[in-house]
Amino acid sequence: MDEALLRTLTPTVIGVLVRRGADFAAAEDAVQDALVEAVRVWPDDPPRDPKGWLVAVAWRKFLDATRADASRRHREVRVEGEPMPDPGKVVDDTLQLYFLCAHPSLTPASAVALTLRAIGGLTTRQIAQAYLVPEATMAQRISRAKRTVSGVRFNQPGDVATVLRVLYLVFNEGYSGDVDLAAEAIRLTRQLAAKTKHEEVAGLLALMLLHHARRPARTRTDGGLVPLAEQDRSLWDTRLIAEGVDVLQAALTRDRLGEFQAQAAIAALHADARTAEETDWVQIVEWYDELVRLTDSPVVRLNRAVAVGEADGPRAGLAALAGLDPALPRHAAVAAYLHEHDGDPVTAARLYAEAARSAPSLPERDHLTRRAARLNAELRR
Amino acid sequence: MAKYLLLKHYRGAPAAVNDVPMDQWTPEEISAHVQYMDDFAARLEGTGEFVDSQALSPEGTFVRYDGDGRPPVTDGPFAETKDLIAGWMVIDVESYERALDLAGELSAAPGAGGKPIHEWLEVRPFLAAPPTITE
Repeated sequence: MDEALLRTLTPTVIGVLVRRGADFAAAEDAVQDALVEAVRVWPDDPPRDPKGWLVAVAWRKFLDATRADASRRHREVRVEGEPMPDPGKVVDDTLQLYFLCAHPSLTPASAVALTLRAIGGLTTRQIAQAYLVPEATMAQRISRAKRTVSGVRFNQPGDVATVLRVLYLVFNEGYSGDVDLAAEAIRLTRQLAAKTKHEEVAGLLALMLLHHARRPARTRTDGGLVPLAEQDRSLWDTRLIAEGVDVLQAALTRDRLGEFQAQAAIAALHADARTAEETDWVQIVEWYDELVRLTDSPVVRLNRAVAVGEADGPRAGLAALAGLDPALPRHAAVAAYLHEHDGDPVTAARLYAEAARSAPSLPERDHLTRRAARLNAELRR
Repeated sequence: MAKYLLLKHYRGAPAAVNDVPMDQWTPEEISAHVQYMDDFAARLEGTGEFVDSQALSPEGTFVRYDGDGRPPVTDGPFAETKDLIAGWMVIDVESYERALDLAGELSAAPGAGGKPIHEWLEVRPFLAAPPTITE
């Protein structure tokens, strides 16, 4: 059975039900039920028209649920009988679904969960596993999210920026459980890019592809992190890099720069260097300058300090770091790195150990502890 | 089966025998330690005794309710004397003795010089659900 196809059809089928007059929450439930039935029935009895099958089964599930609900509550149902005519479709249904699932009234965690279920076609259990929370918790999060957006009209255009933030969050989560969230984020962003010409959608897609390309080189077999400069670049996925660069270049020619395009440009410059030494740090600093202009984010300034350190030497990097708040996440790690390259292993070792204590993840903590340990071992010799 | 929490302390437990901070180990010693911990968890998964494990950041804040209309207050980061949990492992085992054996093994993880750390781990039984048959 083609589970990928099944999941690709999810948003389309929800769209059809909503156009026929189902409210979003009920349509989404009905389609999930239909997906479960498809997983059960298709292996033995594959349908000739998968989409038609799903629409028919989901619509039946919807009507059953609505009738049951109505008889329970003795309430009139509007959606009995004939399907409603298409109410002047202006925008693509799937695109509308992206906007709805990333609606600004939702918290980021809710928007992520709803997007993965309604557009990604993942089950609540899969989403719960991926985010390491109990299934009941995730089910509750999703149903609350659906209640929150229940009053939103389906045909209103939304803000692409909120959708991109949600997809970015999914991508950055990495993967645990049996769902590869990074790959799923790429699939959803690719699907979105096929439906809109927005430059930042292309920028985000390029950014994801270029980072995903490095994944085989990013971790050791024991799970330890490999920093960019030490990665075996022959492990990078050249096909993904080529695609990422193409997508990015097409976006950049439209001359409407945004932060995802700028971030992707930096990733592309790294991808372009056959060895770490060949990296064009001067151009990377220029892109960071663009990013600072676009976002004015202290995190960007922190990363910029690293790039400045590579382009103009560690002293210049430390000068770029000077004005930044030491409480910024990873500030100590950046300072340690710059001091190490400035030939001050004592300060660097102390800062690496400090950075390890405040590291937000176990692999980062181990990595930073190792850095401190290596310098301390050299100092003892 | 009964569940036990194996608690590792940053602070608050008696000092380990091989008490050298990790950033003073060699990188190889760190790798050996990480490998030991991974193997231990994998083995317990294999025997059907592993439930959960989690490492905690040393950053912690105390919070308490401070009356109506006032925000909860904190006393800031932990003072040096306070007990500080580093992380835990939850196991589901046949007996208390088995829990102690496993905690002992975990405490033997290699540290500086490749020698066991001999750190103190705290073993705490879970309070179970009340039994169905009581007489």
